[in-house]
Amino acid sequence: MDRRAYLQSLFLAPLAGSLIASSARAQDASTIDWTRLPSSYSYGRTEAEKQTDAELFAESYFREHELLTIAVLCDIILPGDHPNGGALDAGLPDFVEFMVKDRQQYKLPVRGGIAWLDNYALDNYGADFIHIEESQRLAICDAIAYPDVDTPELQPGIAFFSLMRNLTLTGYYTTEAGIRDLGYVGNRPNVWDGVPEAVLQKHGKQYDTEWLNKCVDQSRREITAEWDDDGNLIS
Amino acid sequence: MAQQQYDVIVVGSGAGGGMATYQLANAGLSVALVEAGDYYDPADEAQRTQLRWPWESPRRGASTRRRPFGDYNSCIGGWELDGEPYTNKDDTDFMWWRARMLGGRTNHWGRIALRFGPLDFHRRDIDGLGDNWPIGYEDVKPYYDRLDRLVGVYGSNEGLPNDPDGFFLPAPKPRLHELYYIDAARSLGVPVIPARKSILTKRINDERGVCFYCSQCSRACGIHADFSSSTVLIYPALRGGRVDLYSNAMVREVTTDDQGLATGVAYIDKETGQDAELRGRSVVLAASACSSARILLNSRSARHAQGLGNSNDHVGRYLHDSTGASRAAFIPELIDREIYNEDGTSGMHVYTPWWLEDQNLDFPRGYHLEIGGGMGMPSYGFGFAANQYNAFLGERVGGYGNGLRDDIRRFYGSRLSIACRGESIAQYDNRCELDPTVVDEWGIPVLRFDYHWTEHEINQARHMQDSMEALLEAAGGTVLGNKPGADQDYGLTKPGEIIHEVGTTRMGDDPATSVTNSFGQLHDARNVFVADGGTFVSQADKNPTWTILALAWRQADYLVEQMQQRNI
Repeated sequence: MDRRAYLQSLFLAPLAGSLIASSARAQDASTIDWTRLPSSYSYGRTEAEKQTDAELFAESYFREHELLTIAVLCDIILPGDHPNGGALDAGLPDFVEFMVKDRQQYKLPVRGGIAWLDNYALDNYGADFIHIEESQRLAICDAIAYPDVDTPELQPGIAFFSLMRNLTLTGYYTTEAGIRDLGYVGNRPNVWDGVPEAVLQKHGKQYDTEWLNKCVDQSRREITAEWDDDGNLIS
Repeated sequence: MAQQQYDVIVVGSGAGGGMATYQLANAGLSVALVEAGDYYDPADEAQRTQLRWPWESPRRGASTRRRPFGDYNSCIGGWELDGEPYTNKDDTDFMWWRARMLGGRTNHWGRIALRFGPLDFHRRDIDGLGDNWPIGYEDVKPYYDRLDRLVGVYGSNEGLPNDPDGFFLPAPKPRLHELYYIDAARSLGVPVIPARKSILTKRINDERGVCFYCSQCSRACGIHADFSSSTVLIYPALRGGRVDLYSNAMVREVTTDDQGLATGVAYIDKETGQDAELRGRSVVLAASACSSARILLNSRSARHAQGLGNSNDHVGRYLHDSTGASRAAFIPELIDREIYNEDGTSGMHVYTPWWLEDQNLDFPRGYHLEIGGGMGMPSYGFGFAANQYNAFLGERVGGYGNGLRDDIRRFYGSRLSIACRGESIAQYDNRCELDPTVVDEWGIPVLRFDYHWTEHEINQARHMQDSMEALLEAAGGTVLGNKPGADQDYGLTKPGEIIHEVGTTRMGDDPATSVTNSFGQLHDARNVFVADGGTFVSQADKNPTWTILALAWRQADYLVEQMQQRNI
């Protein structure tokens, strides 16, 4: 396939699933809702891989209560009051659920972490995490969101919150909204011709002539390469 | 059933097998190409992973058992294969990577294309360790020269004594973090030059496209602007009409006659589970260093009681992989960068070749440095430990809320990393052999590894750590993590982990201490050849692919000549 036909085929390829904006907020945890992610994908898989992924999607690991707790935590870590949307808009609870099933080593830490959180909420506020006041939830998060806290009894909560923050952020920044939020502008055909001049100046860097002489002249990239007998490029 | 007899049966479709197939078919020979995995074409939409966005995968590009380098990586294979175990003897911890697809591991390699230098063929003369090759740089140079022009490699002619010049395509300009590295290296007197990679920065023919800088060679290129054996060598060979491809065909053994010469191969058709045979005047094994050794060891007969080519008990011995170590730093001057597209070509645009050849060091041989960093596309793992660098700025790590967005953006692209790849010393006792009891799902005995690093490699790793630390600090970096010490062998990678394993069927002039002659032809059976890294006597600190390709081409010329002279 030539380059033009190949690139055209890419732009015609449908996106997996669709993202529907959600305005869900966690004020009342029992009504929390989020954008649902697709439950099947097509991206160059072998038959064995398709089978494995189908089994993962079919597997039910979390209880309803656990999923709601994950959703509330995702929403706290990356709230929706932002132009690029938050964790719930990006379907993060579905992503976290999938990754925990995909990576067996996360199963117990997440289940146990939720249980720890509920026990802590019950001890301090008289109900499990999703059934206490939002201000109380945030007070707990303030206590477990910083790894430099060395209170021994908080360590399991700190470890769990770090894991949830990692999964939430990696999930968000690998969605279309997250890529936009970050400003990443690659993953598209282009012609790299070096660091922009203004950036070079800002960083006090420059390309020296000797090095540039070894670099590609992009105006001649489509001219078929020819060399002399000593290996000097002459086209 | 009467069956066609091929001129050559090539086992394995990676670098060596692809080049053998291409050259032998072009010379007019009939070729059966036997591959243990499936057909693969990155331009086929059903197999494409290039230019996909992270959200097109449910795991956002995270690794899986079947794709350990991420689920957009094009290489189907890994450290563990269903139904194909291997074992380690005693406390050996060898990691064995195998690909199962057309093109083999060339779907996976970093496209780093380094020629061996003149010194690399006779290291024993220099330091008294290991053995010399039976050939020198002058024997391989003509093939490197032709290879550069046929396949394409970007780089630069530097006139360095042991990192030879070639026929290079022009290099891509360095990225910003690479300019930081260049300044750091120069301040320490460490050389730094454009990388040498088999990526087309300029057109080389009408069949293949020119790089469009997506940085995704590891996902295989739909316009074939990078080298993989399938896209560059095998498809053209298949179009020529003299090659039959047998995919999903797992070779059990090379069959031989009562004179001890090969008659073909026996294989399992993985789709039906049935045994089958192919007949050929000659056999070229290119299944990867260890897989080819395994096939030879499993090819037992009255004439070859210890396995084909193994009358001297050398098949599987002298197995050696590159050494490796890596380190990374946070570069405060790269905080709050302007964000622009710097995907570039896959991986590094600059590198440091070994620079201390004449120094009196406490280890032999050398290593090169590969540079990493930049503003790559987020995939699974991006955002983990989002604001860990706050610790270096006197600010608090952790937290939650929209402030994390600022942290993510602030630190994006502020990391500089170095990976070292060095030369180990091939050892008689480091080997793979048949496990006495374990078989794979087809009943074929599997390999057992017995491999230990020596003080040479461990001392080299210590030097790597010192070099990396000095360079990262000179770049203004705060080095991350703890410097690994003696208790961790200075961060030395496990044997096999760098996936440069070679040496198992080494070449030599003396049939008592080598498996093949200098053309990769078995001493014990003149119509059997090895075209993969198995024939390497020593591997230099140069990634082996370019030399595998050059030697396979040289071997093909020899094989054709031998057939014309009726010696085979």
